[in-house]
Amino acid sequence: MAIFINKNSKVLVQGMTGSEGTKHTGRMLKYGTNIVGGVTPGKGGQSVEIEGKSLPVFNTVAEAIAATGANASVVFVPPKFAKAAVMDAIDAALPLVVVITEGIPVHDAAAFYAHAVSKGSTRLIGPNCPGLISPGQSNIGIIPGDITGPGRIGLVSKSGTLTYQMMFELRDFGFSTAVGIGGDPIIGTTHIDCLRAFQDDPDTDAIVMIGEIGGDAEERAAAFISEYVTKPVVGYVAGFTAPEGKTMGHAGAIVSGSSGTAEAKKVALEAAGVKVGKTPSETASLMRAILNG
Amino acid sequence: MDLFEYQARDLFEAHNIPVLAGAVASTAHDAERAAAVMGGKVVVKAQVKVGGRGKAGGVKLAENAADAKVKAEAILGMDIKGHIVHQVMIAQAAPIAEEYYMAILLDRANRNFLVMASVAGGMEIEEVAHTQPEKLARVGIDPNSGISREQALAIVKAGQFPDLVVNDVADVLLSLWAAFVAEDATLMEINPLVKTEDGRIIALDGKVTLDDNAEFRHPSHELLVDHASANPLEAAAKEKGLNYVKLDGEVGIIGNGAGLVMSTLDVVAYAGEKYGVKPANFLDIGGGASAQVMADGLSIILGDTDVRSVFVNVFGGITACDAVANGIVQALAMLGDKATKPIVVRLDGNNVLEGRRILNEAAHPLVQQLDTMDGAAAKAAELAAK
Repeated sequence: MAIFINKNSKVLVQGMTGSEGTKHTGRMLKYGTNIVGGVTPGKGGQSVEIEGKSLPVFNTVAEAIAATGANASVVFVPPKFAKAAVMDAIDAALPLVVVITEGIPVHDAAAFYAHAVSKGSTRLIGPNCPGLISPGQSNIGIIPGDITGPGRIGLVSKSGTLTYQMMFELRDFGFSTAVGIGGDPIIGTTHIDCLRAFQDDPDTDAIVMIGEIGGDAEERAAAFISEYVTKPVVGYVAGFTAPEGKTMGHAGAIVSGSSGTAEAKKVALEAAGVKVGKTPSETASLMRAILNG
Repeated sequence: MDLFEYQARDLFEAHNIPVLAGAVASTAHDAERAAAVMGGKVVVKAQVKVGGRGKAGGVKLAENAADAKVKAEAILGMDIKGHIVHQVMIAQAAPIAEEYYMAILLDRANRNFLVMASVAGGMEIEEVAHTQPEKLARVGIDPNSGISREQALAIVKAGQFPDLVVNDVADVLLSLWAAFVAEDATLMEINPLVKTEDGRIIALDGKVTLDDNAEFRHPSHELLVDHASANPLEAAAKEKGLNYVKLDGEVGIIGNGAGLVMSTLDVVAYAGEKYGVKPANFLDIGGGASAQVMADGLSIILGDTDVRSVFVNVFGGITACDAVANGIVQALAMLGDKATKPIVVRLDGNNVLEGRRILNEAAHPLVQQLDTMDGAAAKAAELAAK
């Protein structure tokens, strides 16, 4: 069954006519993702040939939904125009919007997140994320599809490359769904949302949760695990050596004073019964031990 | 980007938040001149982006311009918690009757903005929250509707401001919100917000953090960047568009993706315990690791005299390992004799076999490959120890 996306996901690409959008549309189509069209304001009515498939382009998400029955979109629109694109999707009540774009001003993310909450009909994933994959069913975003196949591990991570690394380490088991939630200070779908969905998903047996310095999302996820999650969870936190006050690549990855440290996150997760690995490979070994009983 | 106090003052003034006269000076002579123009008593304040400068002796009252020169001489060049004072602000002195607190900040946990306002100011707000929580109003703001005048008044009243100043303080809050939005700030703090003895409400000290992601709509923010105290390697990296942070170790790090690079630093730090070495930097080359990006990255890292070995850790997602391998080979060709430190490479993911083959074939004497992240980290640490 997987979470958030499956073989029934019908996907629009917002920004499909741009170079990144076109490139990744091709990759997703190759994987077997059901891409049904693109949205680029001002280019409605055109169609684009990608990977041997002719894809219609629409001016708005609402028009695209009416014509294609799309139930998800992935956003490759540059930072300057990303807010308008996401607002358009929310206004059209699209159920799932995956925002890949890096570098969106946090005031814009705050605005579209608040709008999504008040409308109540859209799940946002990202921004600044690699997207998500339910192996063998659908791949929305930029996660490489050939690392591993379907399985019964659920994965949620702030980081793209650590997602790939962990999928690779556990490639012999496979995954139900792997979700990259993004490294920005304001993101739509959180660790907690994914943990809840994995707990409720009959096709997921165990969960890997990857966090990093900054904010207190991991601490809150730990509290949620104590109270709600009965499936085994292993964790990994990146950034033990990060200095205070420096942004480490992701806009949200910063230790401020004594808050947001990797150590605090590890302690909170362990207190919730989560086994936390010191390295990605040790984390994979912990999961391996659980799955091998 | 964090601003200096004088930059925050100027920004407040531009957005109609009441401030006192203030000028910045980088020499004692300029400080004297600024104080003379202002006339009367002035406060000489160290400009450093760190708290606790008052306690460290970085804020002094001067009786007149000559005294301002003496005080500025004492403060300029001070080391406050590792920050050298290059500039002082000369601020008009004001007789203070009461000290309040006001701030707007990004609230990551609630994914909106948070206003904090309190009649108890002039101290750390964490302390107020701890000892007098009833005096601190904390109200979440919907980014799309902002703050109405009614809401501003309610917040100020909840912060227990005296009735006499409620209207003026609410005006400051509305101006602060307008500034926060207009400048794409993630923090604007006024501490203290004061009432002077003659009843005026003034922002006496401010802290501002601006969102780097919003630079594209604020070309003027470039002028606020503190080039003087930037680490030269960090400045050079920024110029080349590289995401680099200088650390104090010996193992240079290059990787792709912020999470993987942070993880690489940690793994190198663990491996380095045995050899007494640590990671020298954070460097994320991102998605497209072209030869030029790899050459730029390697040349920054090899320009760090602390570096004794380099660890290139790439998991090919969109980036193909053969492109990374070609990048390394070409980068080393470009760098020629300038490349002198051993380089440990670990490649995995997209097109890894071809990537490894390219490096094996090139057989550069400085480069060695290992199959795993842990193994490569251990090797890089060992090489740095020698």
